Amino acid sequence: MSNAQGLKRVGTDPGTAAVFIITFLGALWSLFAAAYAPDAAMRGQSWLLLGGFLTGIVMLVGTIAGGGVIDDKREYNENVVKAGVIATMFWGIAGLLAGVVIAFQLAFPMLNLEPFGFTSFGRLRPLHTSAVIFAFGGNALIATSFYVVQRTCRTRIAGGIWPWFVFWGYQFFIVMAATGYLIGITQSKEYAEPEWYADIWLTIVWVAYLLVFLGTLWKRKEPHIYVANWFYLAFIVTIAVLHIVNNLSMPVSWFGSRSYSLFAGVQDALTQWWYGHNAVGFFLTAGFLGIMYYFIPKRVQRPVYSYRLSIIHFWSLIFIYIWAGPHHLHYTALPEWAQTLGMTFSVMLWMPSWGGMINGLMTLSGAWDKLRTDPVVRMLVLSVAFYGMSTFEGPVMSVRAVNALSHYTDWTVGHVHSGALGWVGFISFGAVYCLVPWLWKRKGMFSKALVDWHFWIATFGILLYITSMWVAGIMQGLMWRAYNELGFLEFSFVETVEAMHISYIIRALGGVLYLSGAIIMAYNMYRTIKGDVEEEDENVIPQTSAVPAE
Amino acid sequence: MYETLSSFAQTGGLLIFILLFAGVLAYALWPRNQQKFDKAARTPLTEPDAPETAGENEDDADVR
Repeated sequence: MSNAQGLKRVGTDPGTAAVFIITFLGALWSLFAAAYAPDAAMRGQSWLLLGGFLTGIVMLVGTIAGGGVIDDKREYNENVVKAGVIATMFWGIAGLLAGVVIAFQLAFPMLNLEPFGFTSFGRLRPLHTSAVIFAFGGNALIATSFYVVQRTCRTRIAGGIWPWFVFWGYQFFIVMAATGYLIGITQSKEYAEPEWYADIWLTIVWVAYLLVFLGTLWKRKEPHIYVANWFYLAFIVTIAVLHIVNNLSMPVSWFGSRSYSLFAGVQDALTQWWYGHNAVGFFLTAGFLGIMYYFIPKRVQRPVYSYRLSIIHFWSLIFIYIWAGPHHLHYTALPEWAQTLGMTFSVMLWMPSWGGMINGLMTLSGAWDKLRTDPVVRMLVLSVAFYGMSTFEGPVMSVRAVNALSHYTDWTVGHVHSGALGWVGFISFGAVYCLVPWLWKRKGMFSKALVDWHFWIATFGILLYITSMWVAGIMQGLMWRAYNELGFLEFSFVETVEAMHISYIIRALGGVLYLSGAIIMAYNMYRTIKGDVEEEDENVIPQTSAVPAE
Repeated sequence: MYETLSSFAQTGGLLIFILLFAGVLAYALWPRNQQKFDKAARTPLTEPDAPETAGENEDDADVR
């Protein structure tokens, strides 16, 4: 990266004008909502929306005055990736902090403070899930996909200003959704809580994301599309479909926050869990497999173990995952054949999941020593191991007989977190540890020792979390189904809650450890970006700008 | 309508998915593709540090 002078800028091209019009219309709608919203929540929310759109207009005016965004085909757009990496870290800490708070609220209910109702568990829980999945995970995916697609296609990202629109529009969506939850705006669909106006905004941003990604693939200089891009593309396309279908709804009014879903009853439930489970399958799995297929080979300087396996992995995962949703609805009004279908496909998922895991792990063949010398590789590898573990546990839990015990218990929560903290968290942290020195052209991270500390503290935190939740969940499930000799339930509900108290405290401590690891990482990242790197990390060399011309 | 759709899904749909997947397997395992895949697997390892602009119209490329 040289200085910005001499790089081609787009000026006020049609893209910039279109973004300006979108932002202006958004501001106009918010202004009307502030005046005419029928509900108090929306009247409050609309000022925040207006503030966001006006900030957007100010930024756009600044960009246009400076000659437009830089769009020079001789360089990769690394600035948008840098912004994404910082946003990933920021939202990661915010989301983990929210998780720690609600974990303590569950262990000590008095932390649900009466005068601050908006910080009660019910409001903060969707904030936590959205913050970690969509804000942390989403930013990690957008940032890495922008990086990977440019590099593996040997071309600058397409679309001029649009990648920036995707970045800022996505941050705005997160703020819009999160503040809405706090004041009680929700459509009560798990992982799809944002109301219709936020959904429409995300649709606009996501379609722009898809077009930017496709546009970059379209103008690629490398004839073969590298496998990581396939996974990213599947993630983007499927999330678009899921988001649009599950959020089909009729707003009550033009400027109010409420809407009603087009689905009702069991159709609603099935659509919701078709969405919900494929959010796991395509957001939290396919997208992060894209990260795995680029960053592990790149970091250990070995090609993927088997490229053929990666193709079979991709297609079988895509074919099978989409059917697995009904396992969330065992013993409900959903027809039994549909439950069995969901269960069967979930069990079949073992094969692609483990194929992918083996492919990721075996990429280290001949470079296993890096596990000892490079804490970032250790983090990436442990993340794939956790992927293997949670994709083993998942199919087991989807079996109806097991689900009869595990469903509605904290076992599910533990399962989700072995995937989220272990797989998604660690692969994202690992990718960010790779990206920071590459992007800011440093010799390595500020401190390799701190990376090691992060790794061990966070790993210990995950172990506390999942083991305590296994104990709590299985005990809870067994207590619920215990009968005495007269055929009455052995335990009242509150007795199960009491029995889980100690597990809840251990879980919260696990969360504190995991959060501490992320804070250490943020400090390490700050010092690296600031330029305080002294020790050279031989694992980072491949990507510095100092590579001599061939 | 439901009958038509479900009978298609149970016959035609099944066949389409099996054929598609057979196609994927054939593509992935075809011996002649080995060389191509070996090269593709090295994509992240052989990347240059700037986009490839060779062969493009140099007239509109600004001078740095």
